[in-house]
Amino acid sequence: MNSQINAETSKLKMGSPNLEVFSNTLQNLAAEDRNLVVVTSDSRGSGKLVPFGEKFPKQIVEVGIAEQNLVGIAAGLASTGKKVFAVSPACFLTARSFEQIKNDVAYSDNPVNLIGISAGVSYGALGTTHHSLHDFAALRAVNNITIVAPADNFETEMAIRFAAHSPQPFYIRFGKKNMPFISENKDFEIGKGRLVRNGKAAVIVATGETVYPALLAADHLEKTKGIRVAVVSMHTLKPLDTKLLTDLAGQFPVMLTVEEHMVNGGLGEACSGFLLQNGFAPKFKILGIPDEYTVTGSQLEIFDHYGISEKGIASEVLKMIDN
Amino acid sequence: MCVPDLERKSLEYRKKILKYIKHASAGHTGGSLSCIDILNVLYNQILHVSPQNFSDNNRDRYIQSKGHSVEALYVVLADQGFFPESELETLCQYQSHFIGHPTRKVPGVEQNTGALGHGLALSVGTALAGKMDEADFKVFTLLGDGELAEGSNWEALLAASHYNLDNLVVILDYNKLQITGRNKDVMNVEPLLDKFKAFGLAVREMDGNDIASIKATLEDVPFESGKPNLVIAHTTKGKGVSFMEDSVKWHHGVPDDAQYQQAQEELDKKISALEKLESK
Ligand SMILES: [Mg+2]
Repeated sequence: MNSQINAETSKLKMGSPNLEVFSNTLQNLAAEDRNLVVVTSDSRGSGKLVPFGEKFPKQIVEVGIAEQNLVGIAAGLASTGKKVFAVSPACFLTARSFEQIKNDVAYSDNPVNLIGISAGVSYGALGTTHHSLHDFAALRAVNNITIVAPADNFETEMAIRFAAHSPQPFYIRFGKKNMPFISENKDFEIGKGRLVRNGKAAVIVATGETVYPALLAADHLEKTKGIRVAVVSMHTLKPLDTKLLTDLAGQFPVMLTVEEHMVNGGLGEACSGFLLQNGFAPKFKILGIPDEYTVTGSQLEIFDHYGISEKGIASEVLKMIDN
Repeated sequence: MCVPDLERKSLEYRKKILKYIKHASAGHTGGSLSCIDILNVLYNQILHVSPQNFSDNNRDRYIQSKGHSVEALYVVLADQGFFPESELETLCQYQSHFIGHPTRKVPGVEQNTGALGHGLALSVGTALAGKMDEADFKVFTLLGDGELAEGSNWEALLAASHYNLDNLVVILDYNKLQITGRNKDVMNVEPLLDKFKAFGLAVREMDGNDIASIKATLEDVPFESGKPNLVIAHTTKGKGVSFMEDSVKWHHGVPDDAQYQQAQEELDKKISALEKLESK
């Protein structure tokens, strides 16, 4: 048994916001590469990029509150060989500029790294205008873009470093609250999910900042019921790790997916689409934000409301095992 | 290349635009005939771009924002040697790279365009990279007039001016027509000169169907140090074929056999007239 991937969740080391790690990583990369450029839409404060702007004033481009322009200009910059990070709240970046992402980045193959900050319901109390619960679905329907939702500081740094050197378009989204390290395991590859906890009765396939509550739920089930449940961080939504999904479907009779996204078109539907078309039929459920007028509150309160929590996830898994 | 030689080229390009649109039974006839003189002068006189230097990061860029007038771009790129002209016989056919809007699958095309209101921001980003690298290249983009209703253009002009992009040359193919009718009836864009000036651009007007006027204007870039260049090219949609001129019907009309015959004859007559003038 791998003790590393079975460390108790309460003992996991607390990290910083993924947003902060993103900003620090970008500064480290920029120090080595004058060709790296950050583009912001009046978002350098919310993107924690003020220090970046001070240290590398010639490597940051401000476009004002104009997300279509942000992505179009970023694509033009990238077409000349610049390593471009276009940073804006995920809600605006992937909705207002959707056509620029589809045409100017993905279709024209200009390798911009689109960074969706304060993603999901990070701006929970600000309402639907500021939620990005559509971004996985929207971008999954676009050819030629890799979609990543890192769970912790380690995955964030690895994803940013990989994207910086990749000749292909990326969309990476994360929130702004402190995230614990979900694993001590240092294996990371874009397109490869990470098994961060071993188990037997069921597997929870989670992405982004829902991996942590999934781990808490696995702890809870082990402590209260003696049920061991595996947890996977499926940080890359596209391309989906179908090899891992195949293995999981062979091993586990029950699979629950968890995401900070509408239940429509995200991780869950990506996994179920693959499984069903390849002859796998585990007991399966998608846990996410339902297709309704989204409740408001803090990110945590919204998570709790929709059962994306230690108790909520544990109870879903129990129901599936019992049935 | 001298003005009469370029004038003759424009007539030959027009014949080819019609030939391939007729062959494909599809195309944006009016717009391609409207902008062909501008593309002619750009590629034969102004742009430092060729099949030989196309991977050189210091090449000039031409980004066609009004992507639908792609037949004009195709015949010029073929003439520049980017691909054999015979490939245009596959225009709009199953799996052909020569589709109804520019894509990078066609040698010589810089960006995949077609959705209106995208080329300018792409051009601003490209020009900005040139400024950051202190490179010499210029970026040219061609906008349609109907396209000016897309707000993204005005966002991009703000940025062009904010970043003093005098290496950016925006050319407006101002034929005053769009698919539904006259711009002024569909969505008035005037007063354009005042609008562009208010956006901080160095603005010139030219006859966009007159080779000498186009050449003189574009050779004068940058018009003003530190300001993006904007050229209002007054053009005629369907220019060069009497019955297609200034008629919205020819936005994407395809000539029938008799019309095609008449159009080619009109253009042949203009070529003969030019030849006579030259031999004198
Ligand atoms: Mg027009």
